[in-house]
Amino acid sequence: MSSYHLDHLQYLETEAIHIMREVAGEFERPALLFSGGKDSICLLRLSEKAFRPSDLPMPFLNIETGHEFPELIEFRDRRAKELGAKLIVRTVDEAIQKGWATPARGEISRNKLQIPALLGAIEEFQFDCAIGGARRDEEKARAKERFFSFRDSFGQWDPKAQRPEIWNLYNARVNPGENMRVFPLSNWTEMDVWQYIKKEHLAVPTIYFSHERECFRRGGQWIPVPPPHADATKPDPYAGARPKPTEPLKQLVVRVRTIADMISTGMIESPADSVDDIIGEVSAARVTERGTRADDKASEAAMEDRKKAGYF
Amino acid sequence: MPHTQHPIEILRFNTCGSVDDGKSTLIGRLLYDSKSLMEDQVEALEKSADITGGGQINLANLTDGLRAEREQGITIDVAYRYFATPKRKFIVADTPGHVQYTRNMVTGASTANLSIVLVDARQGVIEQTRRHTFIAAMLGIPHLVIAINKMDLVEWRQERFQEIRDEIEDFLPKLDVFRDVKFIPISALHGDNVVDVSKFTPWYEGPTLLAHLENVHIASDWNLNAFRFPVQWVNRPNNPTDPMLHDFRGLSGQIASGIVRKGQQVAVLPGCIKTTIKDIWTYDGSLAEAFCPQSVTICLEHDIDISRGDIIVGLDSLPGMGSALRARICWMSTRPLQAGKRYFLKHGAQTLQAVVTQVEGRINMETLDLEPGPTEFRANDIGVIGLKTAKPLVYDGYTTNRLTGSFILIEQGTNATVAAGMLFPPLEVVKPEYTDFAI
Repeated sequence: MSSYHLDHLQYLETEAIHIMREVAGEFERPALLFSGGKDSICLLRLSEKAFRPSDLPMPFLNIETGHEFPELIEFRDRRAKELGAKLIVRTVDEAIQKGWATPARGEISRNKLQIPALLGAIEEFQFDCAIGGARRDEEKARAKERFFSFRDSFGQWDPKAQRPEIWNLYNARVNPGENMRVFPLSNWTEMDVWQYIKKEHLAVPTIYFSHERECFRRGGQWIPVPPPHADATKPDPYAGARPKPTEPLKQLVVRVRTIADMISTGMIESPADSVDDIIGEVSAARVTERGTRADDKASEAAMEDRKKAGYF
Repeated sequence: MPHTQHPIEILRFNTCGSVDDGKSTLIGRLLYDSKSLMEDQVEALEKSADITGGGQINLANLTDGLRAEREQGITIDVAYRYFATPKRKFIVADTPGHVQYTRNMVTGASTANLSIVLVDARQGVIEQTRRHTFIAAMLGIPHLVIAINKMDLVEWRQERFQEIRDEIEDFLPKLDVFRDVKFIPISALHGDNVVDVSKFTPWYEGPTLLAHLENVHIASDWNLNAFRFPVQWVNRPNNPTDPMLHDFRGLSGQIASGIVRKGQQVAVLPGCIKTTIKDIWTYDGSLAEAFCPQSVTICLEHDIDISRGDIIVGLDSLPGMGSALRARICWMSTRPLQAGKRYFLKHGAQTLQAVVTQVEGRINMETLDLEPGPTEFRANDIGVIGLKTAKPLVYDGYTTNRLTGSFILIEQGTNATVAAGMLFPPLEVVKPEYTDFAI
């Protein structure tokens, strides 16, 4: 093997950097979706590699459901500050107040309500592109996603009319009101993400590591017990997401494998308390990462339906 | 799999063949037999009631991810799959066989190291087989596998395998670009010669499909000749407080081909200005040299006005420059291509206007010959056209450089990507006497 040779992480990295620079070169007002989760943590490092020593040429955007793990919020804010990036946060609550989003009766998850909140933020800031950390290995509908995924003026994805992507020539043209979702990590797997975190010595929120937590069993998963309802003058934001008397509590040693929000993330029982342990666990895993996501279990086409409606 | 992995390579491949040749089944088989499937994926398969008679899982449902595909039992779009063995990581593009989706095959195959063309042993070579092999050759994919599938349905007869092989070898010389071509008799449904050696083919001495994918030599697939660096983004921090940052003038991009070294003389095109590489800057520190396909930020000795779309090239082998171009294209739109139409042409990191000056000829997929005479191209036609660009383009022939020899055409108004183009070599290269040595 010659010395002019890239290993798999270097290959995935250079591909992703090229894509991020295409975004900076082609779009007027891009944003980077940063949740504090492991995939978007990699995106941040890639954006540093793509744009330093300049400032990052795009703000970070996060849509909160209101059910976030506090550790994640703290981490998100700290990383944005460390990188000198502007962080824009919009919430599902605001979207409901403004009338953009209407919760379905009886539905506890706010995952779907993130769609109008995201589209609202895109309109508010006139973003023409949003970079996201989605990967094709996560889910069947994602496997068909392009790097540059065109969304019409309603934010919709049309899987049957995707632009062909040939070589590394990405068609980034959009008309006013339309936008692009760009996924530099498309070709990364869960394993690649952890190996990259290890290689780059990237910090991750503590909830990825093993810790003690009170959980209850629902839908075949260990769901974390939400924080207590502090302000009695307001409605409980976790109404419906609290354990019922028939769902006994259990103190477990757990961690998260993938993070949605508190009420749609299943905790896995795990002693892994280092990145090396996690890599070992991922390589031995017998269920996919999204197997612990309640939002994907709704139906076989759950992700396809959300993406068509504007989900990222 | 060991926790501490030594550096491993990525092999990108795509599968193609006509409808029902078993492409998705083959990928499902590779994932299943290499133990790359997870329990919840198998569970989802079972839940979608796809247990066929005999307790067999419908492996095609692993890749046919969209609802319409499951309903119609076809693959609409390119599906990407990932799996790894201790030897390599694989990125798989499952590309559809329907003729109307040829554009997706071009999409899936354009970045591949290797193409697998599936042939149904009962049907033998059909137009789709020729078309897909031809497209793989046209795209310059170095490695080809002809997987002759459903061998169980022809009683594993060696004569049938040889018949098909002979027929393909008859037209392969017309497509003289593959570095290696491998014929493998398989049954994707039952797994023979996919991951495990078949007991039905004692007459076959070659590797299984997976063994070939793990071992085929791909280290030299990247182009390390003639340095080409399309500037993607001008990196100017303009930070008044830090003198180093205030003076920093970087040109960020991905090396499209070749090797570049600190101190090397280069030319910036199309301005034709000679200068020297001062620094190869990366987030992880400066490099003495960099190579394709690394992403770097180049600093030059002279402060030249350079913008996105310019190309920095080595002086040992200069590219062509011109606005009258000839190219082979694959047409991807349902609205026909006609002479006189204007499009946006994206090449490297620049987009400019182009007009189709001539429709020269179309490839006949039966004979693989270029036939003159058409006035327009329809969706999935492949042929040769002439183009004129609004400004001179700096380019190489596609056969010598996949990245500086390729372009896409974008329809004005709809912004649809309507063609993949491969440029013929320039008739003359940039001439040194045009070079401005002024600085």
